Amino acid sequence: MGIQTSDKPLLERVKESEQDKFMQASVAKAQDAQHIKREDSRALLGNWEQWRELGEQIRQRALKYLPDYLEQFSDNVEKNGGDVFFAATEKDAVDYIEKIVKETGAKRIVKSKSMVTTEIDLDKRLLAMNKGLQLMETDLAEFILQEDDWDEPTHIVFPTLHKNRDQVREIFMKLGYEGDNDPMHLARFARKFLREYFLQADLGITGCNFAVADNGMINLVTNEGNADLTMAIPKTQIVVMGMERIVPTMNDAEILDNMLCRSAVGQKLTSYVTFEKGQVAGETDGPEHFHVVIVDNNRSRALGSEFQSILQCIRCGACMNVCPVYRHIGGHGYGSIYPGPLGAVLSPILGGYQAFQELPYASSLCGACTEVCPVKIPLHKLLIEHRRIITDQRHMQHGLNNLMMEAIGIGTGFPWLFRTAVRFGHLGLKPLASKGEVHAENFIKPEGSVKGGPGLVGGWADVRDLPLPPKNKDSFRQWFAKHKANQPQPGDQKANQ
Amino acid sequence: MKVVIFSTCVVDLEFPNVGIAMTEVLERFGCDCYLPKDQICCGQPTFNSGYAKGTQRAFRNQIDALLSVDADYIVGPAGSCVAMIREFPEFMKDDPQYADKAREVAAKTFEFSQFLWRVLGVENAGAELDGRATYHRSCHMTRLLGESESPYALLAHVKGLEMIPLENAHDCCGFGGTFSAKEPEISRQMVDAKVGHIVDTGAEILISCDPGCLMNIGGRFNRLGKPIKIMHIAEVLNSNVDESRISYLKQMPV
Ligand code: SF4
Repeated sequence: MGIQTSDKPLLERVKESEQDKFMQASVAKAQDAQHIKREDSRALLGNWEQWRELGEQIRQRALKYLPDYLEQFSDNVEKNGGDVFFAATEKDAVDYIEKIVKETGAKRIVKSKSMVTTEIDLDKRLLAMNKGLQLMETDLAEFILQEDDWDEPTHIVFPTLHKNRDQVREIFMKLGYEGDNDPMHLARFARKFLREYFLQADLGITGCNFAVADNGMINLVTNEGNADLTMAIPKTQIVVMGMERIVPTMNDAEILDNMLCRSAVGQKLTSYVTFEKGQVAGETDGPEHFHVVIVDNNRSRALGSEFQSILQCIRCGACMNVCPVYRHIGGHGYGSIYPGPLGAVLSPILGGYQAFQELPYASSLCGACTEVCPVKIPLHKLLIEHRRIITDQRHMQHGLNNLMMEAIGIGTGFPWLFRTAVRFGHLGLKPLASKGEVHAENFIKPEGSVKGGPGLVGGWADVRDLPLPPKNKDSFRQWFAKHKANQPQPGDQKANQ
Repeated sequence: MKVVIFSTCVVDLEFPNVGIAMTEVLERFGCDCYLPKDQICCGQPTFNSGYAKGTQRAFRNQIDALLSVDADYIVGPAGSCVAMIREFPEFMKDDPQYADKAREVAAKTFEFSQFLWRVLGVENAGAELDGRATYHRSCHMTRLLGESESPYALLAHVKGLEMIPLENAHDCCGFGGTFSAKEPEISRQMVDAKVGHIVDTGAEILISCDPGCLMNIGGRFNRLGKPIKIMHIAEVLNSNVDESRISYLKQMPV
């Protein structure tokens, strides 16, 4: 279903995720393992903060002159004998690809991993349009998803993070697998299965990690080598890329590859880092027909807006690997093929607020994403930007919570109102408070705690006790005034009234 | 040295003991403390929820209040709120009336432990507290304020206190201001993970520099009926002080 993977409300998805204990354990384990690998591989490189600055600069420059770089890139692709198509919408992209499939009479398509093709729902649309077509995802994880009746990915780098080896074994048994659940055996089976497809494939579709403007080459980064086979064997190749995948030079690509591999999987480099273009005259390597489809699909909404920096993203997935919300709700919790902090920022831009207005709120703004992002996207600040637009401009928030927030806004703007709140906090919340055993010492007072209430108080108290505020006479302000008055040399009395 | 106390709304509303402990510690180290009555809140609850326009008044009020006393420093008992104040120059850069004032406020505002360690150069605050404790590092203090050393350095010198490292200390406790009330289903799972790690340490005391996080974690401990003692770092550094133990750093932290 394209970018949106679920139309259930966030709360429902969160509850479903909580039921999926295996998924939660698997995500936590992956996050913790990646934490160590990522830090180690970055330490090996040294000066990580300076690398980040460099990465940010490269991406910012690419975006600043994007139209020029795109033009330079497509000129170079054409010089190399390839074709370039700019697709404004997902429909344009799919229609164009379908046209190539028809023209070439392709019957067997092999694909390597590509988020943008998932975004435009390419596989299912191609299969629906052309009944006789065979299409195979050749990235191991994407292959598993396809064979599991097109299950949705839950991570942009590890799409099957939510599945365990027993589930994978079951899926493979439908294809004739008879072995155990050893990942090595499972992978070997998949490789043999896929190898046969590769040899007969007549059209390959790949994504693109970076598109190099000054020579028209496509840079692909994988650990399985399937993308290389996808390019090498079929006569026709189609590269599908988001319009922001551009980097100015090979040098820039090299720097970003270095950062991408460390951030994505904690490796110095992945097993395969490839640069390619169409077939060079006189050689037999590479596809005879080479097409690049550059997809906008609402990316230009971000260009020139407060959200431009999200287009710096190099799809490393590190923000998901550190996100404490993702840790619990998993990829499906976000209802978008782009989950985690990246997804919470990008999905409303690509898919609109109507579908994704809840995502910017699914964050505690802890900043772990901002801290880890190799190209310094201020992710948590962009989430606040979304909230601002939703609240200030679109008035999509209603109800008691909204009223309460307005009230807090007023209460924190007028000193006398706030002092009133301090004065009456105890009395105001007292009716909601009840006495009970004190477990959190030096925190919950014998007078009791609030265990329920309306609106935001209720949201808080659903989960945890709120200490009953002290009586006004016991407040810090009262203490301070008395304390200061008793001091031998009182300070500025005016300020301490 | 004149110090304005930025008490924070949470301490004003909920935790007088934190404000008192902080004042007593600061005075012990020679600070002449002031508490401007018009200060309220750094503006995070509404700003982070998207009410940008509605927060402008809170920003301006806070800046005026904190500058109403001509002090050398402004010190607050909350890493998160101090980090927010440090961002004021960015928020107010297009406000001709407040841009300069915002820079002034940001430049002299410090989180309590940071102020003791980095500005006053305190090595040992003279405190004594018997027990096993663990420390919760708040996300905003470490990531936004960029302070991850001062609390550990000061707590290491508290006599009798055994500090036990906390597993997955880098994970958020699920407070997140209004997030905790707006998304309780997610927040609960996050705070439960944090509670689990704290329980695993076997610590009797949980210490932090952020009253917001303590409110979240402490409230959850109480709800779950698990025993813990909740202490702000100021309360720890104000425990059973013997001034003969006080020492200063030979070299100021960089
Ligand atoms: S937003 Fe940053 S951390 Fe997240 S996937 Fe993109 S580049 Fe990686």
